Amino acid sequence: MARYTAGTVAAAALILLLALAPVIASLAEQPFYVTLLSRMMIFALAAVGLNLILGYGGMVSFGHALYIGVGAYAVGILNFYGIDNGYAHIAAALVCGTVIATLVGAVCLRASGIGFIMITLAFAQMFYFLAISFKQLGGDDGYGLTSRSDFKLFDLSDNTVLYYVIFFVLLLVLLAFSRLVEAPFGVALRGCKENERRMRAMGFATWRIKLTAYVLSALVCVLAGVLLANLTRFVSPSYMNWTTSGDILLMIVLGGLGTLIGPVFGAVAWLALEEILSSFDLGLPGNADAFIRDHWAIVLGALVIAVALYLKDGLYGYLGGGRKAAS
Amino acid sequence: MTALTVRGLTKFFGGIRATDGLDLDVDSGDIHAIIGPNGAGKTTLINQLSGELNPTAGVIRLDDVDVTHVPIHRRVHLGIARSYQITSVFLGFTALENVMLAAQGQRGKTFSFWQPVARDAPLVERARSLLARVGLDDAVHTPVSAMAHGARRQLELAMTLALQPKVMLLDEPMAGMSRHESESMVTLLKSLKGVCSIVLVEHDMDAVFALADRITVVVYGRSIATGTPKSIRNDPSVRAAYLGDEEEPA
Repeated sequence: MARYTAGTVAAAALILLLALAPVIASLAEQPFYVTLLSRMMIFALAAVGLNLILGYGGMVSFGHALYIGVGAYAVGILNFYGIDNGYAHIAAALVCGTVIATLVGAVCLRASGIGFIMITLAFAQMFYFLAISFKQLGGDDGYGLTSRSDFKLFDLSDNTVLYYVIFFVLLLVLLAFSRLVEAPFGVALRGCKENERRMRAMGFATWRIKLTAYVLSALVCVLAGVLLANLTRFVSPSYMNWTTSGDILLMIVLGGLGTLIGPVFGAVAWLALEEILSSFDLGLPGNADAFIRDHWAIVLGALVIAVALYLKDGLYGYLGGGRKAAS
Repeated sequence: MTALTVRGLTKFFGGIRATDGLDLDVDSGDIHAIIGPNGAGKTTLINQLSGELNPTAGVIRLDDVDVTHVPIHRRVHLGIARSYQITSVFLGFTALENVMLAAQGQRGKTFSFWQPVARDAPLVERARSLLARVGLDDAVHTPVSAMAHGARRQLELAMTLALQPKVMLLDEPMAGMSRHESESMVTLLKSLKGVCSIVLVEHDMDAVFALADRITVVVYGRSIATGTPKSIRNDPSVRAAYLGDEEEPA
């Protein structure tokens, strides 16, 4: 069955736009946009990762910035000790991420609901303060990388190459997750969201299912962290501050929980609005422009409230990309 | 042969004895009804048999295997499956997806991340035949949220059957059903005779006396009588405690 809903078209258009953006930016001689879009895709990646457990598993983690931090600090620490090999960076990030996410997840999943939210937040803050105490890596000030990760086959120091690496990682994760959510594991995860008690009564080891989903979701955020450190050539404790966790959550809500690609829309819209509002200059009467520039977060907050109130399925759901429209 | 043996089962909730030294023997292939007034501890008993609650004391054996402390999801694989008094199906899924999910739970292999379940032909086939068995053949692709209460109860039964239990624990399968719906449920449960043993908790006395091979009467968490429907109907202590003296049960 071919399903060309408005949502599918919007999703295809967004991916096409992201695929062509560097070409457009270089034609328009606006290389800055490559960096901005790279940033958008990195946060989109983190949001897609978190959404696996939020949208499909019903687990509200308020601490996923922790895993962005793990990815970023894996790059930062190895760079500090003079190891530039990108494969080593990724391997270290994924191994540390798996160990930390398994341990943290095992504790967090003893709780549910508000308890789960608070424990995930607490763990993220613990690691945030741990990063601040890394005096060799600049503590609070963060640490500037001497170079980006070295992958031999391609040269990340070129912003366009880095852009396409991020783009393909995002595409791969979306493809993998689109298979996963329809596979036995994904169906079981959705079952746990709806009625965990019944799932246990049908023979599912729900705790293991949820922990596995938690670790997978964390690892996607770890990858986002590796890419973020490379994009900014900088690692900082602020990557794992609770506000970052909150931003990713809001991106998902803005874009729509129930779909895989919704969070990508949310991340792009969120960072685009942040960019537009913080450099707002439309010549509005009075000091409106300056007010919006200085207090862009107020406007963004009002938008999130409006979306939460009036677009139950988020921006992408509004475009017709909801599960109902797609099935 | 005894499928399920319960000895001295006791459950305290604080100072309250919800189950008080209860003994029960469910013979293989029997429909064994548990009746008793509200608050007698019937659901608490089912919760302990299924593994959702840990008993304070006592032993539960399935085919002579001690399952007293086996967690619920593993007990399913040993052959004890339950349904719920409050219909417990997955509203966001279609009827077929619900039964497939149950069948998947029974089969295991949940940690598979790539092949879509919808293309798993044996699983789909099994789910379809179970839906046909409970009379839901024409509601295969209906979202559960659009199904009537009676149909949801039938679906819940199909999901419990999908677990291929040796002993099926049904907690008030007729609850909230119309007369007509209860009658078709009775026919359906009769057709399951011999497929597995059934422990049936039910308030609908017509249904109980129509279906049960044996009946155990539970009052204050204790079994006060066990026997055939006929002997239970004529037991004076049962009539005093529960059935009511003045009314002749049909």
